Amino acid sequence: MGKTFTRPVALSEKDTHYCPGCTHGIVHRLVAEVIDELGIRGKTIGVAPVGCAVLAYNYFSFDFMEAAHGRAPAVATGIKRVRPDLMVFTYQGDGDLASIGTAEIIHAANRGEKITTIFINNAVYGMTGGQMAPTTMPGQKTTTTPFGRDVEQTGMPMKMAELLSALMTPAYITRQTVISPKYVIKAKKAIKKAFEYQCEGRCFSLVEVISTCPTNWGMTPVEALSWAETTLLPYYPLGEFKTPDSQGGNDAA
Amino acid sequence: MSYIFAIDCERCKGCGLCVNFCPKNVLEISDELNKKGYYPAFQARPGDCIYCGSCYMMCPDVAISITSGNIKRKLKK
Ligand SMILES: Cc1ncc(C[n+]2csc(CCOP(=O)(O)OP(=O)(O)O)c2C)c(N)n1
Ligand code: SF4
Ligand code: SF4
Ligand code: SF4
Repeated sequence: MGKTFTRPVALSEKDTHYCPGCTHGIVHRLVAEVIDELGIRGKTIGVAPVGCAVLAYNYFSFDFMEAAHGRAPAVATGIKRVRPDLMVFTYQGDGDLASIGTAEIIHAANRGEKITTIFINNAVYGMTGGQMAPTTMPGQKTTTTPFGRDVEQTGMPMKMAELLSALMTPAYITRQTVISPKYVIKAKKAIKKAFEYQCEGRCFSLVEVISTCPTNWGMTPVEALSWAETTLLPYYPLGEFKTPDSQGGNDAA
Repeated sequence: MSYIFAIDCERCKGCGLCVNFCPKNVLEISDELNKKGYYPAFQARPGDCIYCGSCYMMCPDVAISITSGNIKRKLKK
């Protein structure tokens, strides 16, 4: 208690187009709160993805750039290299980052670009109507896997945080979620840490956030949170996978 | 310190996350539509609110605010 809760200044006044109960909105708020707390609103540039967050530039009150599908880390690299004094972050979905943009994220991380990536893993392509993503769970029904994801044909869901942690370049890589207030508080701390590493010019930082897509999962927002807890979290463990102080590959989660 | 709790019912999309996570069962979904066509949340039992912020924490539309106010809320009997 003793605390007040008000809309962060780094969020614009606009209403979002997100579906009711979609956790994109929670993560937007966390990013905005962190930017307010670090006092970096005047020198932050976001890079929006293709996906449901394509209009993210409308929802923040600082500068944004729109990237082609999956290319946000490449665009952010350009901005950061030209203006290393600015804080640059990408906000990407799992279709954007783990599918069409796999090359961009791996190489940006491996080059150790001093940018931050907020990676929304909702196990589906949201914007285009619920197709399978590389992160879709085995047996999970989507519009392109009507009988459930067949791992014989499509392999296992990609664990991007672990995969990126295996690179030898120093980085901060963590997986968080926003399925309850307790986790929201932890996720905010991780996002703040990621931005702080960038402020210090230390390393590339990425926060994967296990999120929900109630609309394409065919669930109520509350059901979607419990499905994320019972189905996604056992496969996608939370924790810090790598910090710039750890040597090379995967740190213990 | 006293608090002022508010839900911007025009911003609310009636998702019910705040209702679900309120530890004191303060919130409910209204049966009247807002301008966007959603049934917004409201404090059905405001006297039970402990201003913990759980509802704010889970609201994807940042429709909830808890500010400090000078107006002393009447204590529950
Ligand atoms: C080059 C290109 N290929 C494909 C598309 C179609 N497309 C738009 S969004 C999207 C996937 C978005 O999914 P995700 O990144 O998971 O974000 P979400 O909508 O779930 O937040 C695709 C394939 C596109 N816009 N551009
Ligand atoms: S389609 Fe899914 S990810 Fe997109 S806004 Fe709706 S709930 Fe959110
Ligand atoms: S502040 Fe806490 S007690 Fe009050 S309505 Fe919100 S969740 Fe319930
Ligand atoms: S969480 Fe926010 S949008 Fe959802 S019902 Fe509550 S006030 Fe409305």
